[in-house]
Amino acid sequence: MTAPTIAGHKSTKSTASLRHRLAERGIDISLLMLVPALIFALLLFVYPFSYGIGLTFQPSAAIQKQWGAGAFSNYVEFFKDPFVLNSVWLTMKLALPAALFNVLASIPMAFKLRRRFRGKKFLTTLLVLPIALGTVLTAQGLLIFAGRQGWLNRFLEQIGVIHQPLALVNNYLGVFFSLVISGFPFAFLLISSYLSGIDPSIEAAAKTMGANWIQRFRRVILPLLAPGLATTFILTFVLAFSVFPSARLVGDSMGSTRVMAIMAYRAFGEQTDYGMASTIAIMMGLVELVVIAVVLMWRSFLYKGSTGGKG
Amino acid sequence: MTTQTSQPRTDPPAPADAVKTRSANRVPGQRSLAAAPSTWFVWAGTAAFFIFLIGILISVVVDSFGTSWFTNWLPEGFTAKWYASAWSTFGMAHIIGVTLVVALAVIIVAVAVGVPAAYILARRDFPFKKAITLLFLLPVLMPPITYGIPLATVMYNLGLGRTLTAVILVNLVPSIPFVILTMTPFIEQINPAIENAARMSGANMRKVFTKILFPLLVPGVLAASILVLVRTVGMFDLTFLVSGPDSDTLVVAIYRAMTAAGGGQIRQLVSSMAVVYTVTMMFILIIALRFVSPTQLVARVKESRED
Repeated sequence: MTAPTIAGHKSTKSTASLRHRLAERGIDISLLMLVPALIFALLLFVYPFSYGIGLTFQPSAAIQKQWGAGAFSNYVEFFKDPFVLNSVWLTMKLALPAALFNVLASIPMAFKLRRRFRGKKFLTTLLVLPIALGTVLTAQGLLIFAGRQGWLNRFLEQIGVIHQPLALVNNYLGVFFSLVISGFPFAFLLISSYLSGIDPSIEAAAKTMGANWIQRFRRVILPLLAPGLATTFILTFVLAFSVFPSARLVGDSMGSTRVMAIMAYRAFGEQTDYGMASTIAIMMGLVELVVIAVVLMWRSFLYKGSTGGKG
Repeated sequence: MTTQTSQPRTDPPAPADAVKTRSANRVPGQRSLAAAPSTWFVWAGTAAFFIFLIGILISVVVDSFGTSWFTNWLPEGFTAKWYASAWSTFGMAHIIGVTLVVALAVIIVAVAVGVPAAYILARRDFPFKKAITLLFLLPVLMPPITYGIPLATVMYNLGLGRTLTAVILVNLVPSIPFVILTMTPFIEQINPAIENAARMSGANMRKVFTKILFPLLVPGVLAASILVLVRTVGMFDLTFLVSGPDSDTLVVAIYRAMTAAGGGQIRQLVSSMAVVYTVTMMFILIIALRFVSPTQLVARVKESRED
């Protein structure tokens, strides 16, 4: 410091070392422990992602010629080509009902099974089974079990419910089944854990005041459970939205289950049009974000407070 | 239905004239055995789900041991030849080896990188903390394909396409955030006073880590590693984008066998591979469930105190 100015603050140089002053703001040598994780995140996530966004503005010559919109041709193709745009609806048609079904079916189940009973641990453990099956075995199993000659159709024919085998695989239904098989346990386990976070005495209090079970559910449990439901729905939706192997294996990947992930992969692996592949991939992320934003907005109107329990 | 254990109940018994229902002859705290219709509905739903689940599993197992199975309830005969031919045709030993190498490498790197980061996020406040946390959250919230395709493009441009390195790197993208997200609340539970006491007794950062924190972190690290293992072995989308014949993990190899040109491989071959996959996965899960709860396997939610 040279001539001391009168306006004190800037010139009264703190006697503390720079290191000390930074430490007061929470910056010191131990922050280096974050560096490896940040480097990985930057190199493997941020950089490729930005690069991918850049790629979407470098359409292939063919697409540029077709739409003549310069750098935006990939996006024009995405919105103008019904073959591409339809895949958005096809994905939504699969993912939204499947996620809704998984969440809605989980609520009464989790509700009924929330108390302790014999075999609860066994049941929850069994629910982990679909993780062990994995998408590929689930697909193979559905093809065999629910196929035209499969046990399911055979059994239904034997007891005289149907006369022709039902077409349960290689179509929309097959993919829906596989989404339920992989998604339902997920939703159920999550909702169960949220439900156990609600203090039972709140419901007991409502009971003492004479609320019947419908009122208790609507006025007490549901509002407390709503944030958990929103989270569960989002996570289940994310899972269902990026469905890929089952849409190809038990679906009809040229027709009713031509989902965005398949379109993106075809552009990437079969047509090696990296620009278009990135466009579809990033639009996929955007569509999903829109759905998540809608759910979160709906959730923001709801009660956000303590559930009085462990949750 | 379990009855309550014989704790002395403090509430007064209900006045006798008020109870005219079936519950009259029940001990307080005991539940009725006759179930409501809603209970039956729930059990029916659960039963239907499990029939599907078990049916799928058993039909694949039966198929993988069957000779030919077209029109009957069961195959005409049973044989183990599919396993032998899958083993030789696809080089199953190699595929399983690749799967294990990838999973191990991902676990080691993700834990080594993720745990220190989780420690800082749990213990310290610093500029841009929120932004950094969000950066670690993003890969978990996005569909894997969304960042997978640009990432795979970069890998191919770098000449890493179809290599084992690429498969490991790609799997690290969701795994590191996952370790951070699992470990942060775990580290928050550890009392900082323990570390401070060690520091006051003259231990430096390295000593604090090796002698104090590491032993305390072992259970959390184990849980996180097992979860990463389950996810990596089951990961299809990302691995599929960058793997090739020599670097396919088991899931991807089965998928390729099912979708091979000309209508895929013989069904029983695929079934036997799928059974090998499921047996491997069940083995992992049985070990996993000793350390983590089923809920943790699907998402990061705090443990309920029921157990």
